Amino acid sequence: MDLGPHAAFIWISYVAVAVVVAGLIGWLFLDGKKQTAALEALGKRGIRRRSSAGAE
Amino acid sequence: MQTLTQQLANPTRFMDLSARVLPWVAGIAAALIVYGLYLSFFDSPADYQQGETVRIMYIHVPCAWLSMMVYGLIAVSSFGLLVFRHPLADVSAKAAAPIGAAFTFLALLTGSLWGKPMWGTYWVWDARLTSVLILFFLYLGLIALRAAFEDESAGAKLTAVLALVGVTILPIIKFSVNWWNTLHQPSTDFTATVDPSMRWPLLVMALGFTLLFFAMHLKAMRNEVLRRRVKAMRTQAVAGRDRLATQPAE
Repeated sequence: MDLGPHAAFIWISYVAVAVVVAGLIGWLFLDGKKQTAALEALGKRGIRRRSSAGAE
Repeated sequence: MQTLTQQLANPTRFMDLSARVLPWVAGIAAALIVYGLYLSFFDSPADYQQGETVRIMYIHVPCAWLSMMVYGLIAVSSFGLLVFRHPLADVSAKAAAPIGAAFTFLALLTGSLWGKPMWGTYWVWDARLTSVLILFFLYLGLIALRAAFEDESAGAKLTAVLALVGVTILPIIKFSVNWWNTLHQPSTDFTATVDPSMRWPLLVMALGFTLLFFAMHLKAMRNEVLRRRVKAMRTQAVAGRDRLATQPAE
């Protein structure tokens, strides 16, 4: 694929978008795992949400 | 009969619904972006004026569109918080801000990388570029203002006020190319000014990026709901411990 004399500008644009989007997705997944782990740790200590405790 | 927004006012219901919807939205977004990339590189011609650099437009335009759409969503969410006190409105506004900032940054960066070979410069202080830069600073301002408050509720309300004041930047960005003499070209009329061979990849990429944003937004909202649950449970645990400590020993 020949992108002409300005190929570097095109490639840098696409790589920058890929890196930022991948970074966002990675951050969202890691953050989700962190919150889930924190909830599980609280559950193991016997701490329940008031709403779920009321439902039991 | 409850409206969808009323149904989603319950975070537990939102978590159930979003868990089911998220994989589909993310999957369709990924498929559209892969197809859009194929069209952008292998099934669309070079432009008669821009040459191959027209391919930057297939990512620049969706990022620029998202930078404005996401701010619009934050403004609507902020309105929902201040006026209707919708429980998920602030979650939505908070979750969207960093994603919107990232896409605004990408719109500025890819525009700059297109500008150098086409205009001969990475940056000019013209109305369109400057107003989008202000939008980027507004996003950073929303994130910083919220982070500056220890009281989450007060931070949320003030951030919502700033978001609503800042929404005036959207028409300025949109019409800047008509109101002022800018280096940036006028708004694209998709049906009249873009050749169908370039319109199709642009639309596919724009739709793919929009769905990608919604997938990321849903995930960020889910994370925020979990974070608030963790915080509430920790507060509850500390309050319980304090109550036990203040009870007289029998």
